[in-house]
Formats: sequence, C-alpha cells, structure tokens
Amino acid sequence: MIDRHLHYVPRLGRNPSRFRLAGIPVITVMLGSSVTALPVIAQSPVMPPFGLLFLLSWRLLRPELWRAWIGLPLGLFDDMMSGQPIGSAMFLWTIMLIGVDAVEHRMIWRSYRQDWLIAGFAIIVCMAGGLFFARITGGGDVRLLLVAPQMFWTILLFPFVVRQCARIDRWRVMA
Amino acid sequence: MARPPSRRPGHNRKAQYSLFASYVVAVTGAAIGLLLIVVAIFDPTGFAGIRAVTAELTRPVSVGLKNMVSGVSSIDEVLAAYWRAGSQNVALRRQVEADRNRIIEAKAVAQENARLKKLLKLVDEDASQLLTARLISSSSSSARRFARLNAGRWQGVQPGMPVRATEGLIGRVHSTTPNTSDVLLLTDSGSIVPVRRANDNVPAIATGAGDGSLEIRSLSAGRNPFKPGDLLVTSGIGGIYQPNIPVAVVVRVQGEIAWGFPLANPSRVDAVVVERAFEQVVTRPDPGAPAAADGAEPGNVATP
Repeated sequence: MIDRHLHYVPRLGRNPSRFRLAGIPVITVMLGSSVTALPVIAQSPVMPPFGLLFLLSWRLLRPELWRAWIGLPLGLFDDMMSGQPIGSAMFLWTIMLIGVDAVEHRMIWRSYRQDWLIAGFAIIVCMAGGLFFARITGGGDVRLLLVAPQMFWTILLFPFVVRQCARIDRWRVMA
Repeated sequence: MARPPSRRPGHNRKAQYSLFASYVVAVTGAAIGLLLIVVAIFDPTGFAGIRAVTAELTRPVSVGLKNMVSGVSSIDEVLAAYWRAGSQNVALRRQVEADRNRIIEAKAVAQENARLKKLLKLVDEDASQLLTARLISSSSSSARRFARLNAGRWQGVQPGMPVRATEGLIGRVHSTTPNTSDVLLLTDSGSIVPVRRANDNVPAIATGAGDGSLEIRSLSAGRNPFKPGDLLVTSGIGGIYQPNIPVAVVVRVQGEIAWGFPLANPSRVDAVVVERAFEQVVTRPDPGAPAAADGAEPGNVATP
C-alpha cells in the first residue's frame, strides 16, 4: 500500500505515476535478484544476494510500502534466478518480513543502527536457511563456514544499498 | 528517532481485515514454499521447469555480456603473474626444457600407437561428443554450484550428460530448458565423480567441497595412498563419465582425506564439450541384451 501522503508531492499539479510509485521498488528487487545473470562462473558462493538486500532496504526505509506477502512473488523470482531450490526464498523472505513486522511493533526507538542490526539478523537467517535448504535438497554436506564470508560482506554492504535505495526513492516520489 | 508510524489500523474495521488477510496470505504462501522444498527433497529437478522462463529470458543478456567480458575475465591472472616474475621465469624455462624431451617421446609413442592400431584394424570411432557450447552464467549467490550452458533440449542436451573442457572435466548436466541447461559443476557438494590415480589406478571418489576444491577419498582400506601432485582421471565406473578425462590434482593430504583442485577452471575455459553419457556410447542400442552391461567393463580396463 502506498503512503497516501505521497500523492501530494509539491511539484505544482503533477503526481508521479502509479507505475513509478509501486513498480520501481519491485523492479529494483528483481534487478538485484538478476545479478546472477552476469557472466561470472563462480567457484564458491561469493556474490551477495542483492535481491534480499534491496528487499530489506525498501522494507526498512518505507515500512508502509509493502505487506508481508510481497515476499512470495519476489522470492519466487529470486529462486528462479538463483540456483536455490524453488520455494526457498519464497519461504524465507516471507517469514523474514513477518519477523521484521513483529520486531517493529516492539521497538520503542529506531535509528539507522537498529535498522542495520535488524537487517544483519535477517540476512543471517535467510542465508543460513538457504544453506539448510540447499543441503536437504541434494546439496550434500555443505558447511555453514562456506557462506560465512558471503554473510559477512552482505551485512557490510547493507548501508551502501540503503543509500542507493534512498536515492532511488527520492526520485521515485518526485513528479 | 522515534518509532515509525504504527501500521496498526486503529478502529477501522476494513483496514483491520485487510491487514489480517495480508498475513493469512503470507503465511499460506510461506507454507506452500515449504511444501515445494519438501517436494524438492525427493525430486530435486521437479519444479525446476519453472526456471525455464527466466533462463530463456536472461540467456541473450548473459551471452552478450559473456562475449564482451571474455577477454577481461583473466585480468587477475595477468596481474598475479607479475608477482615474482623473475624467479618464475627461470623455473618455467627449466620446466620447458624438461618437458620438450617428453613431448618428443610422447609424439613418437602416439605415432607408434596409430601405426599399431592400423595393424590391428581397430577403428576407434568416437561417437561421444554431442556439441560445443559456452558457459554463460552461474549460481554465484547460492551455496550450490551450477553453471548455465548456452545449449539445451532443442540442441539435444539431456540431463546426466557429462560436460568437459580440453583441460579436464567440468561437471554434468543437471536440468535442461529449451535453449539453456544447468550444469552441476564438479565442485558442487552434491557432485560425486569416481576417479582413479592416473599412473597406478588407485580408485577413489571425488566429492565437491563447495568452495572450489575437491574432497578425495580413497576406496581402498588402509592408509591414505595419495600425495600432493597426484593426477586424478575419471575411471568410467558408474556409466556417466568417459574414462581418462583429467579431473583434479591433489594438493594436500589430511588424514583419510586428500584435497584436490580441478584441472579445468569453468571461469577460464572458453568453450565446453557436452558428451553423451558413457553407458549410451559403449552399450549396444538393442535394449535388454545381457551383454550390454558387460560391454562397459572392457572400456574401463583396456585403456590405462
């Protein structure tokens, strides 16, 4: 659901189109998931999950933008792009969004650091869950240590992605 | 900063229902996702057909980008070569001197081999190669190691076919879409390749470790027979991989396990060859013949 206030941007008689308001966040997350289409043949899990990073950034930047079910279609698309079994990101992203909702209800004070902390936990949960699903669906004996570096730099990358999201968001709501 | 505005809808009944419904949808969807994974436990390629949509859509993009960057991808290798270039140069010169004699010997042996084969009227028909294609992208963010091949069902690629490069084995085809296919790389933790030591046929099993290395376990009891520098080739057991495809070189020995690195690096090779499964090549086309299963055996032993 789009924030009602966003329709009244003070740019003299012009509103951003509905497509721009609702579509741009979805497109950025899908583009983030599509990073795996780059012609990189990785020998170990090195690429940060940009789809997850963009989803978290939009969710924490604009809590009113999406309901928790948005994790289903976006997660399905991410599963189709990444090599994870279908259903993995669908489940994990939705559960993660419900979790963020629950945490947000209980928090009294929120600032940038708390956002990073929430994102850090969400990233760890999603990537450890993804590893577990890869393991039970024929991945053999994958160790958690294998994705630890990827987890580490995904968490470090979060502030950068939030900044880019904020930049896109500023353009998005301006007519 | 105070907390962001609450998402609780207050007394508005309609908004309350809408919020509740959104959670019901989310939880139901998550349960469906979990169900899909349970299905994938028993049938890993079952719903992978959905992937055909995105695979086909992103194929042109990946192919275009691959054509652009194929020259740039080895830039780290070029830079690394400058490190200790002098001593490396001397060592490589000596290596070349030593190898030259061996190449001459090998050429002589090859000629002799060809001559002897002619004498025996042995026709070495090689019907195993299916096609040559390029690896265009990979599952770089997942813990699994899949690479996407620029050829699929319509080109005749079928799941289970081995994929190799000139340097060595790359992996095997996991699932196919009309124009692309997913290759399970050698280094995936779900990939198991029966191998043997090149010079004395010690059998072993090479399992991927997920991080670019291979875990090699000897099949013979007793102490670990491998030492760093051992060359491993496929043994042909199991009926998927042709025998004598180079697989890996052992770099470290640790108790029962030897660690190796694949000889073919999928990110460096330019093109890969899809082969027919070994069993299809050696067995006769008529099904049900008891001799068919035995036919695979001489192939394994005959060429050491």
